[in-house]
Amino acid sequence: MSDDEKAVTIPAQADEPQLQGGTLTKNPAPGEVLLKVTGLQKHFPIKKGLLQRQVGAVHAVDGLDFEVRSGETLGVVGESGCGKSTMGRLITRLLEPTGGKIEFEGKDITHLGVSGMRPLRRNVQMIFQDPYSSLNPRHTIGTIVGAPFKLQGVEPEGGIKKEVQRLLEVVGLNPEHYNRYPHEFSGGQRQRIGIARALALNPRLVVADEPVSALDVSIQAQVVNLLDDLQQELGLTYVIIAHDLSVVRHVSDRIAVMYLGKIVELADRELLYKAPMHPYTKALMSAVPIPDPRRKNAKSDRILLQGDVPSPISPPSGCRFHTRCWKATQICTTTEPPLLQLQPGQQVACHHPENFADQAPQDTVLLSVAKEAEKLLGETALQESAETSAAVAATLSEEAAEPVVDAAEPETGEEK
Amino acid sequence: MTELSKSGAAVGEPTDASPAPTAFLEVRDLKVHFPTDDGLVKSVDGLSFSLEKGKTLGIVGESGSGKSVTSLGIMGLHTAGQYGKRKAQISGEIWLDGTELLSADPDHVRKLRGRQMSMIFQDPLSALHPYYTIGAQIVEAYRIHHDVDKKTARRRAVEMLDRVGIPQPDKRVDSYPHEFSGGMRQRAMIAMSLVNNPELLIADEPTTALDVTVQAQILDLIRDLQKEFGSAVIVITHDLGVVAELADDILVMYGGRCVERGPAEDVFYQPRHPYTWGLLGSMPRLDREQQDRLIPVKGSPPSLINIPSGCAFNPRCPYADLPKDNVTRTVRPELAEVGTRHWAACHLGKEQRERIWTEEIAPKL
Amino acid sequence: MLAYLIRRLFAAAVMLVVIILVVFSIFFLVPKWAGVDIATSFVGKQADPHAVAAVREKLGLSDPIFIQVWHFFKGIFVGRTYSAGGDVTHCAAPCFGYSFRSEQSVWPVLTDRFPVTLGLALGAAVLWLVFGVAAGVLSALKRGTIWDRSAMVIALGGVSLPIYFTGLLSLAIFSYGLNWINGQYVPLDQSFSGWLGGMILPWITLAFLYAAMYARITRATMLEILGEDYIRTARAKGLKEQVVIGKHAMRSTMTPILTMLGMDLGALIGGAILTETTFSLPGLGQAVLTAIKNQDLPIILGVTLITSLAVLLANLVVDILYAVIDPRVRLS
Repeated sequence: MSDDEKAVTIPAQADEPQLQGGTLTKNPAPGEVLLKVTGLQKHFPIKKGLLQRQVGAVHAVDGLDFEVRSGETLGVVGESGCGKSTMGRLITRLLEPTGGKIEFEGKDITHLGVSGMRPLRRNVQMIFQDPYSSLNPRHTIGTIVGAPFKLQGVEPEGGIKKEVQRLLEVVGLNPEHYNRYPHEFSGGQRQRIGIARALALNPRLVVADEPVSALDVSIQAQVVNLLDDLQQELGLTYVIIAHDLSVVRHVSDRIAVMYLGKIVELADRELLYKAPMHPYTKALMSAVPIPDPRRKNAKSDRILLQGDVPSPISPPSGCRFHTRCWKATQICTTTEPPLLQLQPGQQVACHHPENFADQAPQDTVLLSVAKEAEKLLGETALQESAETSAAVAATLSEEAAEPVVDAAEPETGEEK
Repeated sequence: MTELSKSGAAVGEPTDASPAPTAFLEVRDLKVHFPTDDGLVKSVDGLSFSLEKGKTLGIVGESGSGKSVTSLGIMGLHTAGQYGKRKAQISGEIWLDGTELLSADPDHVRKLRGRQMSMIFQDPLSALHPYYTIGAQIVEAYRIHHDVDKKTARRRAVEMLDRVGIPQPDKRVDSYPHEFSGGMRQRAMIAMSLVNNPELLIADEPTTALDVTVQAQILDLIRDLQKEFGSAVIVITHDLGVVAELADDILVMYGGRCVERGPAEDVFYQPRHPYTWGLLGSMPRLDREQQDRLIPVKGSPPSLINIPSGCAFNPRCPYADLPKDNVTRTVRPELAEVGTRHWAACHLGKEQRERIWTEEIAPKL
Repeated sequence: MLAYLIRRLFAAAVMLVVIILVVFSIFFLVPKWAGVDIATSFVGKQADPHAVAAVREKLGLSDPIFIQVWHFFKGIFVGRTYSAGGDVTHCAAPCFGYSFRSEQSVWPVLTDRFPVTLGLALGAAVLWLVFGVAAGVLSALKRGTIWDRSAMVIALGGVSLPIYFTGLLSLAIFSYGLNWINGQYVPLDQSFSGWLGGMILPWITLAFLYAAMYARITRATMLEILGEDYIRTARAKGLKEQVVIGKHAMRSTMTPILTMLGMDLGALIGGAILTETTFSLPGLGQAVLTAIKNQDLPIILGVTLITSLAVLLANLVVDILYAVIDPRVRLS
């Protein structure tokens, strides 16, 4: 019997956090633009030799445009090296952008210094991936969660300790563990501590970089649900960066898909998952292993991309995905497709989108890489893609109601 | 029980006589314990399963469930790498193609490693020696077990790299691991582990360190290679998607023991253990309509030093109070048959579990 | 690989020039700023002002600073000529000047003493590498056993006991007490056995200190490497344990040991002052000690430069070996 009790170390940690009181809640105007990013760039210089001359740059983030509206969750997905984490650090201004503009609540914060950012730090907070290294092992969790108050010189009602204990309760931890150290907690509990710290100052925007990827499956779900509840109770706005498409779909209202420092598709969740338009999005989603053994042999609907993501030091010309795309034509190697709204709630940067009218129909000769890639496509996938595109094109030409912006307009090489 | 062993998947207590099994790989009551300052860590605490050639077993579990320790135990790597005073305590039986490995001469087991059984590791960057070329490492793996000159072995290495889909294998064979991308490294690792045509291949989280598009390539490769080589494969992972892709049979581990085992379809469609339900409910799924909420398992995985008495899952189980007399907290449940070649270790009644699954759990997934 | 080598050589040459400049400035300019007159200290305290002036002129001490540096520099590479009135002395390259005390040219002093120090350092290095690394590896493999513990206690002793203690102790036991070893230094070209007899105690004394440090580092590194994934992979291939340790683990363990070896050898070649003094070995260390007592600047300057050169060369060799061992280094 006593063994059993020992095993459950933190009895108060329930799967459903009890939110107490409504004092945390702010009143954001839903739908208003909270964060606006235009042309955001971050290049990390590569230096070499005795004199440390710059010989190149890692184009980690290379021209992003998006908005985050109050109360929504923007999910950002992409493979390693696509720049999604850099993006997170840029919008929280942990990194200095190379170019572009970041506006928070209408205020330009692109190049604010440390002191200029201080008032902003209250409103923009970050949750990190690794719950093991992001908490100082020598501080008690009371100190860790209470640190933002001290840094900002805020004295919460009833004192810091009381407020910290309330926060711990909000994230489903036992407030009596105020004086414990991080190593006494499991991975999931540490992530809750990180969340409590981020929530301390009642921020408006929370940027979470891979908040659950270091956690076990059963714990992941606890944290995902917690983030969900907190958003509803506190009216938080999230930018959630993750590589796991299932998690991103579960938590997001809108989703940005990144590839080599660019957004290739930005769309409402339902639209994106039902009918992805960018071939990369489609490939990415089809690559996710489906936990259903009955579909084990249905290999034909999987798109297997060739090779690896190219180096962000010298990204491919034109469309960055053309080296792996099975639809790539001549125009894709020369002209970078702009991110255009092809239908309400769905922006795509592609000359030959899936599930939509071709943006460069005159360009039909497939590149050799595309022919090669085509072999790797499942037959069903290919057929389906041809059919839907044809169908959409047909309906569109019939209706011709909404003129689609001509994406094939020749572009100068400036963007490179 | 005799009837079960014919099906090639006898699970349960071995008979006293312990005759050599008919299955290609059979593990009986495997225990791997590690003495530490804090106490005895019971990483694997009585695990039994069997596997035939040409079949894939998926071992699923969270960190600390003992799944990796099991694989290293089969490979004999707990004893091979042991220095100093604190040695792992291993007991039970591991029968590989008629040979019991735990009682066999360690040098004999060493000769089986890499030839009859081989292993793919999670992180190919750290699992390959940074100072040797890919080719040199594959050549070495081949020449341990084949008395051939370096040239022949090198040809074999190039052939294997070509087979696993590395472009320009005759050039890349002289590259170092850091010159490869993550996916290429894992391909090279697979080439190395298959160079001696092993009959048993253990893949420990083979795609966890990889991006999703590369993961799809690697899963595809493993599946093709298994068909081609006809080996028995054990895939160890925490990702239910990966096991669903590869495995014929699934073994769910919790706290160093098997809680459920059966054909993949049964485990996914008629799971009979509350922990399996928890895993299925915790996972957001791309192939289904959007769920409102995930159904997580409460609490955290158990400490392996202080495994809860009775059913190890009882502190986290929402149904722990249903069986009478507090039995979930006092008696450790043994695996019992719940379907054809399908076993689960749970105190809840068979009908009770069927009802909970069909009425309470399945509709919410 | 070639580019790497050229880059390293170039960097070493630049470094050498910088060192010569800095060392010269320290030894000749600082006394000047401190108000110490070099010419006076050369001649002696109660000196005849004429003699001091002559010395000042001959050494060029009243020349502007950059001229002095240039002469010094030129002296090293092409030689220089000192002249004061009719008194002309030519000093052939490499010229490090003349000792203030013995008025000997510095360079022959250095070349006389250098072999002694080099022999001491290299011999000791061989000893400490063999015993230190072997003890470290064995300790790592037998972690937690009696062997490991006693080896580490001895190593702790080696690290903490000063050379003059262990040196004098060994002299007292083996030379004066047991009378096994003569203990007198004999140059190598006179008698090999005599040289060996004179060097063996200094070697052991010096090697004891370093072997202890190397054993500790080797043990720690080896333990870390044994936990690496690629060691597990090597075992999973079916390699014999001797090969896993001897080939896969040792190659990785060598990297930090090489780094240490480069720095230690470099420093020792500049003179093992304590060891040489304890065993009365006529090496660079002893020379520099005497020079410091006598404020004999040119000698100090010469030894310092030789030491710097040795450290540079040792590091160059280490860098090259490093690239041979670790392919990742070649890239950057």
